Amino acid sequence: MTVLNSKIPAGPLAEKWSSHKAAIKVVSPANKRKLDIIVVGTGLAGGSAAASMAEMGYNVKAFCYQDSGRRAHSIAAQGGINAAKNYQNDNDSVHRLFYDTIKGGDYRAREANVHRLAEVSGDIIDQCVAQGVPFAREYGGTLSNRSFGGVLVSRTFYARGQTGQQLLLGCYASMNRMIGQGKIEMHERNELLDIVIIDGKARGIITRNLVTGEIERHGAHAVVIATGGYGNVFFLSTNAMGCNGGAAWQAYKNGACFANPCYVQIHPTCIPIHGEQQSKLTLMSESLRNDGRVWTPKKKEDAVKLQKGQITANDIAEEDRDFYLERRYPSYGNLVPRDVASRAAKERCDEGFGVNETGKAVYLDFKYSIERLGKDVIEARYGNLFQMYEKITDQNPYELPMQIYPAIHYTMGGVWVDYNLMTNIPGLYAIGEANFSDHGANRLGASALMQGLADGYFVLPYTIGDYLADEIQVPRIDVNHQEFVKKEKAVTDRMTRLYNIKGSKSVDSFHKRLGNIMWEYVGMARNEDGLKLAIKEIQKLREDFYKDLRITGDYNAMNIELEKAGRVEDFIDLGELMARDALDRKESCGGHYREESTTEDGEAKRNDENFAYVSAWEYQGEGKDPILHKEELVFENVKLTQRSYK
Amino acid sequence: MADKILKELTIKVWRQKNAKAQGKFETYKINDISTGTSFLEMLDILNEELVNGGTEPIAFDHDCREGICGMCSLFIDGRAHGPDDDITTCQLHMRKFEDGATITIEPWRAGAFPVIKDLIVDRTAFEKILQSGGYISVNTGGVPDGNAILISQDDAEEAMDAAACIGCGACVATCKNSSAMLFVSAKVSHLAKLPQGRVEAARRAKSMVAKMDEMGFGNCTNTGACEVECPKGISIANIARLNREFLTAKIKD
Repeated sequence: MTVLNSKIPAGPLAEKWSSHKAAIKVVSPANKRKLDIIVVGTGLAGGSAAASMAEMGYNVKAFCYQDSGRRAHSIAAQGGINAAKNYQNDNDSVHRLFYDTIKGGDYRAREANVHRLAEVSGDIIDQCVAQGVPFAREYGGTLSNRSFGGVLVSRTFYARGQTGQQLLLGCYASMNRMIGQGKIEMHERNELLDIVIIDGKARGIITRNLVTGEIERHGAHAVVIATGGYGNVFFLSTNAMGCNGGAAWQAYKNGACFANPCYVQIHPTCIPIHGEQQSKLTLMSESLRNDGRVWTPKKKEDAVKLQKGQITANDIAEEDRDFYLERRYPSYGNLVPRDVASRAAKERCDEGFGVNETGKAVYLDFKYSIERLGKDVIEARYGNLFQMYEKITDQNPYELPMQIYPAIHYTMGGVWVDYNLMTNIPGLYAIGEANFSDHGANRLGASALMQGLADGYFVLPYTIGDYLADEIQVPRIDVNHQEFVKKEKAVTDRMTRLYNIKGSKSVDSFHKRLGNIMWEYVGMARNEDGLKLAIKEIQKLREDFYKDLRITGDYNAMNIELEKAGRVEDFIDLGELMARDALDRKESCGGHYREESTTEDGEAKRNDENFAYVSAWEYQGEGKDPILHKEELVFENVKLTQRSYK
Repeated sequence: MADKILKELTIKVWRQKNAKAQGKFETYKINDISTGTSFLEMLDILNEELVNGGTEPIAFDHDCREGICGMCSLFIDGRAHGPDDDITTCQLHMRKFEDGATITIEPWRAGAFPVIKDLIVDRTAFEKILQSGGYISVNTGGVPDGNAILISQDDAEEAMDAAACIGCGACVATCKNSSAMLFVSAKVSHLAKLPQGRVEAARRAKSMVAKMDEMGFGNCTNTGACEVECPKGISIANIARLNREFLTAKIKD
């Protein structure tokens, strides 16, 4: 049985990373040239890792399913990136960023990883500036900051409402430079379908060329998974349509443990669902909560009128508005963390105070800040977000408050990794959202970009050397090795099996069914009966999927249905594991809210005595129950308290 | 703003099996589409019907569906990204269409963007241009503090205006010459406006323009069509800046 070793360095928290860096091995420039690294995914984590490792001299092969590395969904992050620069002189520090992140994650992340993240955060900003990322500036030419949820300082750097885009274009430009120099071999429209392991070490991947339909073999001395999260298990989410858990799931099926699958972040400010035909949900940046006030009517009769479309928000008098976040959490107000804000919105809507025709929406109102600061200032800060909102909803947010509702946004869970970001399979790494390591049970706003770039620019390029230093004698991996042949056949068998079901229902119909089960029972509020039911329903769904799936089009060619079928097949399995994990964790923490574990005033109640561990699930084969490993979380530097934002 | 239902629409769409095959328009009917539905959701619904009927669905590029990844690329009723301003196809909603309308959907048409299948085109040419110089040559690590480089707010804003390009290719598809000047100029301007980018500005402009020509894009004849259809409002003032950067660099040669 697998034994997990998190390899957290000894010594005081603030010195762990420096002493670890001093202790790990380094590969000489002459040997780096002989080593190949595969990076799957080209978002902030994958892109920054690929560029940095190529600059160091490794031969990098990068893969993405899109037509360009620039399309990865990091591009959609709007609000900003955190860094403990203390440029605002508001007493920010590495320790404070560390503490906010640990607390925001509801004490379910590793202290050492989070502290390292805070330590390198400042370097990320410097790096991005040097690449030409056009961050917002003050008149004097220095960098601007804004606030984000869950913190009391201004440490978020931003480029209008397109911070993710600009950061991604920064590392994509660095990648392009390396592609131009021949140090990165780029494979677009190419999707990982299996991982090749030789003598216990990750040695390559099997992919499907999405243009030709060909199954391809690619070898390397190490494989890095940087493919983001699995939020699309829910069908409707803020993720891009193609985002999938395939690479992470293949890592799991090959023996890598999957950690905390039930930790899903539900973002409080998304545009509400408009109807049955919806394909995805659009996020409205958390930064809007800096200047927007969240409210619902105080009187139920006003809510009913709003739901029937008889009145608008502007018809409700000031004293009849319930600014429920400010009421319940006076010290953080509208800037409470995402999980808290989402549950509070659900609570209001469940009580019948929802403000649109479905009753599943609350207001985010800019009237007050427009009065205070003027329309120009608000437009300069959020113009593109307001425009996006208006295009989708046909409503003008300068005149009427935005309608928002929580939606699936980010997955804190992911592939289990040690301090070096290596999975329990030697040579297989997972970085960015694809791993589990830094956000605990809830991620703070503007921290995803920070973690992706920290892993890719400043952590993995160092830690991977520690492994590769022992691989310098290994010649270039031969893709004719029997393991490659075997895995290629397994992939072909899998895809032909799906293709040949020739049933009557489309991939999307199964995906939507899965999404409904997940949202209903493994969504914002979970309980034992619901989770058990979810597992049964997912198993039934899987049976139907293998009996009745219909894929049209050609097999050996571009086939969008076949692509989706593979992803949904993985989502079905992932959904089941998420429900199992949620069932095991009989406490509420962060984004995981068990109805059986709440305080008297309805807040999430942690159970540190029994659940201060990372759940790491190990695959045992098709149809068999996975084994749960528990990595105990040790807190030496923070005192565990019931999280309060009141 | 209550949504209405469009009872019947006629969809004329370009179908092409692969890069080598001859393409042609196919016509489909679709019923009961809510005006609150996005254009791509309408295509999803049509595709669901095609799959249920045993035919191959229409292949089109799309991903983020919030107007930022630049993947979607449809030419709808003669306009890149369809009949609305400052949006990508994925942000287009059916409220822009009347009941009973016939909607024509084509891929981007440009020699440098060959069709891969149906509405999907190959934009690798854009990648090649960026790989030839669309970056600042700086390795990870060893850079100065972020505030060591002071940048005036105006310069940062102008750089951001140009950097907002999403690389969708609407400018090329719209231009009668299939010119990529707006795309190239956006990257050149973004970096030229910043002190970090000035260092290699001349080399960048020459190299990117040379690659652009090599990839088979046409020339700019100042019609300004690209600017009109750019979903991110990238201004053709950037083309003027590119010309200046390029000429200054050439003169110094």
